[in-house]
Amino acid sequence: MEDEIVLLDFWPSLFGARVRIALAEKGIKYDSKEEDLRSKSPLLLQMNPIYKQIPVLIHNGKPICDSLIVVQYIEDVWNDRNPLLPSAPYHRAQARFWADYVEKKIFELWSKVWTSKREEQEVAEKEFIEALKLLEDQLGDKTYFGGDNLGFVDIALVPYYGWFKAYETFGNLNIESECPKFNAWVKRCLQKESVSKSLPNQHKIYEFSVELRKKLGIESVGI
Amino acid sequence: MVEEAKVLLLGSRFSMFGMRAKIALAEKGIKYEYMEEDLTNKSPLLQEMNPIHKKIPVLIHDGRPICESLIIVEYIDMVWHSNYPLLPSDSYHKAQARFWADFVDQKVYHASKRVWISEGDEQEVAKKDFLQSLKQLEWFLGDKPYFGGDTFGFVDVALIPFYCWFYTYETFGNFKVEEVCPKLISWAKRCMQKESVSETLADGNDVYEAVVDYKKKFISN
Repeated sequence: MEDEIVLLDFWPSLFGARVRIALAEKGIKYDSKEEDLRSKSPLLLQMNPIYKQIPVLIHNGKPICDSLIVVQYIEDVWNDRNPLLPSAPYHRAQARFWADYVEKKIFELWSKVWTSKREEQEVAEKEFIEALKLLEDQLGDKTYFGGDNLGFVDIALVPYYGWFKAYETFGNLNIESECPKFNAWVKRCLQKESVSKSLPNQHKIYEFSVELRKKLGIESVGI
Repeated sequence: MVEEAKVLLLGSRFSMFGMRAKIALAEKGIKYEYMEEDLTNKSPLLQEMNPIHKKIPVLIHDGRPICESLIIVEYIDMVWHSNYPLLPSDSYHKAQARFWADFVDQKVYHASKRVWISEGDEQEVAKKDFLQSLKQLEWFLGDKPYFGGDTFGFVDVALIPFYCWFYTYETFGNFKVEEVCPKLISWAKRCMQKESVSETLADGNDVYEAVVDYKKKFISN
């Protein structure tokens, strides 16, 4: 019996992008259902009653929620190809630790940058860059966080890039000059089809950011 | 001559996160050395082993640190996989276990903290959120003896340490968990019959006294 795989998604979502990349890495065919988050479908509400959020992977009718949990599920089920996590327990724990750092710390600092008022912007941007530099240290000389191949931490982090880049026009961030190693790693990831086909068009993210900032009433430094 | 301990756990007496690691180690029957950290004066070892967050628990296995309580529990489960598995072997149920353990961190923990820290309207909101999160866990538990099904598992380990903090939340918030979530209290009492749990959880009164003390020192005007 063929697998039925549905992804409830929202095109600009970096969390949705993580799942798209993982599915592409494993070469899994699936149906994508675009959600309107202002008017959530009965299916979404039924499949994720706790958080009512995307992404939700529905595998043969059964839902799996939370992007990093979904990625781990994909890894567990399709464990015969392109491993996304190291097999050794210690290295697996390290990968989980850094993905958790992205999930909590990068999200927290990025949210501060994104919503900061003019006077707080400089401090927020500085803290954010420090966190990216920490990740650069962790990457070291490796091609990817996963080593020679794209892994769990790469998948957790790379979807943020479009949003970081879009923000550069609103604030005083220049990722390329401040974090060249991070920038080089992004470029390497984007050369992989699983990543480039899963991330939304840069310009669309920018337009979406502009609209979102207007709606949230966030003023921009702008140039 | 005593052999050097291969497993070392850095923890803190009342930390529910530290308790998770202790329970997992006890379930697996692993011998380890425990070091109590003074979180107001963190040891050089803690700062070296967890330079990013400088938090406990940290499991140091063969000299290598593993941080973050749920990551530690999964690590323990993976390394000592033949003794008493904590995570289901089935991928879907494994994902469910991870989801609900994460729910304890995202929802239960944050609301519970606000219950004893805040006052007035803010505290009322915190109480509501906290009890709502426990009710959602009760829903997931259903008629199972444990969140892990017939056996004590990952979500049970994630949640049970909070039980010794219930008295603190109830006293500060003026409510009783049992009145709103009787099923959850039955589950907690069932868990307390396990030695790994009863030997690990701090005494509820001791937790309360420590929190009162902490508030006086660090929070009150």
